[in-house]
Amino acid sequence: MSQVIRKHVLPGELIAKGKYKYEKNVFNVKNLYYSTKLGLAESYHDRLRVIPLSGVYMPKVDDTIIGTVVDFGHAHWLVNINSCFIGVLVAKSVFSPRISSIDYDLESKFKIGDTLCAKINSFDRTRDPLLSVYGHGLGKIFSGTEITINPNKVARLIGKKGSMIKLLEENIDVKYTIGQNGRIILKGTPDSINKAKTVIELIENESQNSNLIDKVQLLLKNKK
Amino acid sequence: MNNLINKKGLRIDGRKLDEMRPVTISVGNVKNADGSSYIEFGKNKIIAAVYGPKEPVFKWMAVANTGILRCRYHMVPYSVEERKNPNPSRREQEISKVIREALTPAVVLKDYPRTCIDIFIEVLQSDGGSRCAAINAASVALADAGISMFDMVGACAAGKIDGKIGLDMSDEEDKEGEADLPIAFMPNLDKITLLQLDGKLSKNEFTEAVHMGVSGSKTLYELQKKALMSKYFEKPVGGKKV
Repeated sequence: MSQVIRKHVLPGELIAKGKYKYEKNVFNVKNLYYSTKLGLAESYHDRLRVIPLSGVYMPKVDDTIIGTVVDFGHAHWLVNINSCFIGVLVAKSVFSPRISSIDYDLESKFKIGDTLCAKINSFDRTRDPLLSVYGHGLGKIFSGTEITINPNKVARLIGKKGSMIKLLEENIDVKYTIGQNGRIILKGTPDSINKAKTVIELIENESQNSNLIDKVQLLLKNKK
Repeated sequence: MNNLINKKGLRIDGRKLDEMRPVTISVGNVKNADGSSYIEFGKNKIIAAVYGPKEPVFKWMAVANTGILRCRYHMVPYSVEERKNPNPSRREQEISKVIREALTPAVVLKDYPRTCIDIFIEVLQSDGGSRCAAINAASVALADAGISMFDMVGACAAGKIDGKIGLDMSDEEDKEGEADLPIAFMPNLDKITLLQLDGKLSKNEFTEAVHMGVSGSKTLYELQKKALMSKYFEKPVGGKKV
């Protein structure tokens, strides 16, 4: 069994030599593989990847995100999704197909400044991300406290198969809505929200270290 | 004209010919920016801040298949001995352009179509070689902002003083000396991204100066690496098995 080898890398640093399959954040010059981002390089079998530690959110299809409506046109809303691209939510996907597009009353659904949870339906280099609010748990968010974290650390907050977020849910009485773009909505009493905030801060600051879950468990024990 | 090199072979600030001024780099000084750094390169004190990738300020600026890099080099009025007019001067515009062109080959702009990356460089105190120091700071700030890069860019000048080739010209050596050759270099890909020459050098002298500048750039790359590593990873664990 081969092990996962992890290495801290800077942009342009050599990760491996030989033949590998690679994902994002790696480039290849004559079988030499370099990182393009500051982060943690992982090699497993013949696969290479770099997990970045900083940077803005780049949209990915099927991601759940939390955005704010910034503008609307005749039949679409523009949504700030904490990225370098602006999300587009088409009115056709929100209103019933029986309503003619002339009768769309956009403000009855989302006003400017409203927060919503949406899924990214399609995105590529040629178009802005197309959003959809059709699905379980998606749609307008009416209440809660919003916090923003580094979008690259959302994966760590959720943990392997949701282990970290399960731990938080068991110990702190807060309902979490997590957007892959780094925005999180917390619902609960002010006390428990403050507790959750300190734990999330710890996860964000120490995400690159191993045995993070032990540290979180220790913090949760002390808070009780 | 006073001698720039004394009888012991030392320069006016007591350095040897191939010695650099002391350099310190720190990362993440500007909280509002996506990435930032602060460099002290001899008497130079420079802040670099990177914003983006973001939507361009004007939609017409966007390019369909790639991102754009914008750079602003600015000297604050109190950065030099006499008050400097805060308006962008001819020299500042030139250096902004030169820094942008030195950093563009290092950034993977294809990853960010229709977006814009802004670099702001503010010189708080200036000495010789501020463009090289600014490139170093900007390169660290770009890496801190998590922007895809082919390589980091290290920059250092070489020059000719009193008939001898030396590394890293200070302000006085730059003015009184015979030649100044700023070089920006990508150490892992082994490519030069900036080369300017102010003055006259023979062919042999030029080759020697380029080699010296490249070796200086490599030293600066190591310093950049140290600064970034100390911010992001407390203990560097290269190649550790987990």
